[in-house]
Amino acid sequence: MLEIKCPYCGKRSQNEFSYGGDASLKRPQLEKEISDKDWDDFVYFRSNPRGKHSELWHHVAGCRQWFKVLRNTATHEIFKTAKINEEL
Amino acid sequence: MQKYSIFSLIKNAFSNHQNWEVAWKDPTPKKEYDVIIIGGGGHGLATAYYLAKEHKINNVAILEKGWIGGGNVGRNTTILRSNYMWDANGLFYEYGMKLWENLSQELNYNVMYSPRGIINLAHSDAQLNTYSRRGNSMRLNGIDAVMLNRNELKKMIPFADFSSSARFPIFGGLMQPRGGTARHDAVAWGYARQADSMGVDIIQHCEVTGFDIENGKVKGVQTSIGNIKAKKVGLCVAGNTSLLAEKLNMKLPIESHVLQACVSEPVKPFLDHVVTFGAGHFYCSQSDKGEMVMGGDLDGYNSYAQRGNLPTLQHVLSEGVAMFPNLSRLKMLRTWGGIMDMSMDGSPIIDKTHIDGVYLNCGWCYGGFKATPVSGWTFAYTIAKDQVHELNSKYRLNRFNTGHLIDEKGVGTKTWIG
Repeated sequence: MLEIKCPYCGKRSQNEFSYGGDASLKRPQLEKEISDKDWDDFVYFRSNPRGKHSELWHHVAGCRQWFKVLRNTATHEIFKTAKINEEL
Repeated sequence: MQKYSIFSLIKNAFSNHQNWEVAWKDPTPKKEYDVIIIGGGGHGLATAYYLAKEHKINNVAILEKGWIGGGNVGRNTTILRSNYMWDANGLFYEYGMKLWENLSQELNYNVMYSPRGIINLAHSDAQLNTYSRRGNSMRLNGIDAVMLNRNELKKMIPFADFSSSARFPIFGGLMQPRGGTARHDAVAWGYARQADSMGVDIIQHCEVTGFDIENGKVKGVQTSIGNIKAKKVGLCVAGNTSLLAEKLNMKLPIESHVLQACVSEPVKPFLDHVVTFGAGHFYCSQSDKGEMVMGGDLDGYNSYAQRGNLPTLQHVLSEGVAMFPNLSRLKMLRTWGGIMDMSMDGSPIIDKTHIDGVYLNCGWCYGGFKATPVSGWTFAYTIAKDQVHELNSKYRLNRFNTGHLIDEKGVGTKTWIG
């Protein structure tokens, strides 16, 4: 069982959260010219590292806030969590 | 190579089974190979076998960082089927079913192919409609499909919840009678033994750490036991594909996720078929030893750990109990996890890459085991001819740029949205 520290509610069990994927992805900026490749990279292509991974989680059965988690994908160890507008 | 038969079994019984030939050798690697396959799982072993058998390319090495059959081919739920709707999947997997049907004879190794039928249960009229649509698509592609009603199912799977209080009442189901199971380890060992007998070197405990690329062409691989030259290199490392691709400066439409499976204590014959739950993601069958073999959802977050967590297992098994209430009385014997290449459209990739001589076989999601023969067959073709076969022509990597995704179930990495 993962224990995830929600930046708003504190430590809760994995059951209360859902996963949102890689937090390092940047949506292409709409006011600029966007190539097909930019969209493909954003929608489909992932670095998928073994080790430290910054990711989004949603406290869906709690405060319903999205936030960031720095987690080890090889051991499931969670190093740090942060609000969405904070640096990890 | 020693042929396995009733006569060799009797003959070896007289010497207390001490004089069997080794099934495959343990060679030291040569300096150079025509083809190196990275990954000694089912797909890698099958690829090497079909390279030697179909294309007469025998100067082949399989490099495996652990031991052969120790990854996902030893961690799956052994289900075989080709009950897909889209042509790309249906024709590909159906070719695979035809290979399965003759595999024990072809490999002279009993892979225990058991065409016990796979039943997808439907729990609403709407679901029955989509199943009959899929069944019709299957039949148009020459795949066997039968619609079953509630009364027929009552006779076939009497222990399913047919009570009036069932939370998800069973309306009917779609069955592929030729679907079923096979003994997963035997598949790996059978392919390994035949590949070895045709000159393939199976090199275990040899981890690939890098590639030698010159002018956009592969020259060899760097490994934990030294450099080995190769004209062509094929990647069959599902679960870890992104890590090797990174060494080739490739980013893939793949996330690695852990998928759990489990078996119960062995019980007397209870379930004759493979059955899937239609109101969630759960499937089960009964092994020849009597264990209930069960699986379902991903844990749902990126993972390279070959173990999962209890909340997902609890969720999956609660679906199992909704389908077969008496499963709740069974004790769990083992649980384990394997790392899946979850591709973004839920379909695999078998293709060439931007590097001359490097080939990619990955993205098998939940369903790599059943594809073992046909994946090896098409990948061997692609490596030998340097072009994709018609069967894997829809499984190209560039579909994520051209938009030709194969969204069979509309699930990729984010299965909870699908």
